[in-house]
Amino acid sequence: MDTLSSLADGFAIALTWQNILLALLGCFLGTIMGALPGLGPSNGVAILIPLAFTLGLGPTASLILLTSVYYGAMYGGRISSILLNIPGDEPAMMTCLDGYPMAQKGMAGQALTLSGIASFVGSFFATWGLIFLAPQLVKIALLFGPAEYFALFALAFMTLGGISSTNQAKSAFAAALGLGLAMIGVDTQTGVPRFTFGEVHLYDGLDFLVAIVGLFALSEVFIFLENRHGEADGDAAKIKVGRLTPPLSMIKQTTPTMIRSTILGFLAGVLPGAGASLGSFIAYSFEKRLVDKDGKTFGKGDPRGVAAPEAGNNAAAGGALVPMLALGVPGSGTTAVLLAVLLSLNITPGPLLFTQNPDVVWGLIAALFIANFMLLAMNIPMVGLFTRVLMVPPRILMPVVAMVSFVGIYGISGSSFDLLVMVGFGLMGWMLRKLDIPLVPIILGTLLGNAMENNLRRAITIDNGDWLTLIDSPLAIGLWSFAIIGFIIPLIVGRRVKAKMHARRDEENAISD
Amino acid sequence: MTDRIFGVVGLLLAIGFALSALTIEESFLSDAVGPKAFPIIIATILGLSSLVIALRPDAEPIWPPLGRLAEIFAAAVVMVLYAEMLPVIGFIIATFFAAGYLTWRLGSGVVASILTGAVTSLGIYVVFHLVLGLSLARGPFGF
Repeated sequence: MDTLSSLADGFAIALTWQNILLALLGCFLGTIMGALPGLGPSNGVAILIPLAFTLGLGPTASLILLTSVYYGAMYGGRISSILLNIPGDEPAMMTCLDGYPMAQKGMAGQALTLSGIASFVGSFFATWGLIFLAPQLVKIALLFGPAEYFALFALAFMTLGGISSTNQAKSAFAAALGLGLAMIGVDTQTGVPRFTFGEVHLYDGLDFLVAIVGLFALSEVFIFLENRHGEADGDAAKIKVGRLTPPLSMIKQTTPTMIRSTILGFLAGVLPGAGASLGSFIAYSFEKRLVDKDGKTFGKGDPRGVAAPEAGNNAAAGGALVPMLALGVPGSGTTAVLLAVLLSLNITPGPLLFTQNPDVVWGLIAALFIANFMLLAMNIPMVGLFTRVLMVPPRILMPVVAMVSFVGIYGISGSSFDLLVMVGFGLMGWMLRKLDIPLVPIILGTLLGNAMENNLRRAITIDNGDWLTLIDSPLAIGLWSFAIIGFIIPLIVGRRVKAKMHARRDEENAISD
Repeated sequence: MTDRIFGVVGLLLAIGFALSALTIEESFLSDAVGPKAFPIIIATILGLSSLVIALRPDAEPIWPPLGRLAEIFAAAVVMVLYAEMLPVIGFIIATFFAAGYLTWRLGSGVVASILTGAVTSLGIYVVFHLVLGLSLARGPFGF
């Protein structure tokens, strides 16, 4: 009952004109960003962060805007998957498998509506899951001391590595690189400068927003320059959407699929390190194994193959918010970007967030419900509007993305130095993507590096310099064993599964969600 | 081969990071761990993972031909120039050139590039500055 009354308070916060308008704007922009190949949830949210700051939005309002973009992108990704066979963002890649064949059969409109409904089911129930699971996780997290937090951060990096790349060594490299970047600047505990090489601009440390926008948004521009994707104009002229309403029998047939996929997707999202892409992948594979053992209909335009990944990725998007809000440890690329927002606003996510800033948490959750209904309305009757957006060719879109990135970062700091650092990160991001080094652990490292180190030092200082304190409590031992298992299992069984999952991704060179 | 080179570079980076960590001055008021320990742990992980990458390389990535690499380099140079010139010549002019250049290199025609550059620059100025009130770089003419 406690939860429901908090939720009611949340609705009181979310239902102001400003917040409703922000949610509407976020949903609209998010759907567009999701639909456009080359812009996904993580870089879409990244280029909007500086904007939210310079507009002087408060924490609740900023989060409402940005999570609406996040949810919206999850909806929008399916549009180009179905119509063009190009995933609009990474989580939507599984939707291509059956969505595009459906469109070829002249059922594009039905596929769009069905996937819109599946998206709604996935994110609606995942938001309920968030409401009930997050407070439980908070209760556990309140038992955590510095040693347990250190173990938790290690767990996040180790499990993230298992999922985000086909090569564990490369994930470990990425995490260490991110943590190393976080060390730049004045040490918060003793006040000595580290790795600054006498450059005064670096004393404050690298601004992680600069790193995020560079790695996620600018690297995309370089990828397009490399491939001259820009020449490929949208094929949207040929698209015929056709009838929008699917027959009732199709909805009936896919209902059990949606329910199963929502549960699976949500669980995949909650796992630290796994994001929406894994959610859609697991949901699709499970569904295929369950209802289409002989491989007769899946991949040839089976409606269940459209509903499963869409319910799965939207549920995972909601699930990924659970560890981000309750523990302060994001489970995916986009939630890492959202964490950056909270940190920049001087709000530390984690168990105390629920007691100290309940307005932020519950206002956000209520806004997610509202956004979901807005998205359903935008993505079914108004889907034709978004299919037109697909006609904007990348050669016009990409310069706009680059310029908006520059404007945002310049708006925050007003310094050319930050812009130069951002260009550096953009080039680095391009290089690392060529080398198949995942970018999400780097971002997570720069975000969590200082907190991780502080917890380590606090734990050991409390115990008078005894390093064994790190594995002193049953909770810490449990977290460490989880971390080690999470790191080792993919080494043994994961390579094959991940290779499958990444096979499609590599064609698009996409970043993780 | 790429991964082997990358692994060696990563290893050098790790060694450099560790050496640089060792030269951090200790404050007289230090905690039990001090400012060096965590960076050294990171350097170790960085070094070990680089070693593994060098010893067990993945399949070769597809590198673009030299012309494309030059393209990327040129774009980066334009962006650096943009960052440096922004406070000097102001937002609208700088953005016009940068956006126009990028859209030209992505395959637009010359006239279309000039148009795209102008529309992008003015569009961002109107939306972000006039409507949303974001402060953009001011040039000699005040915009």
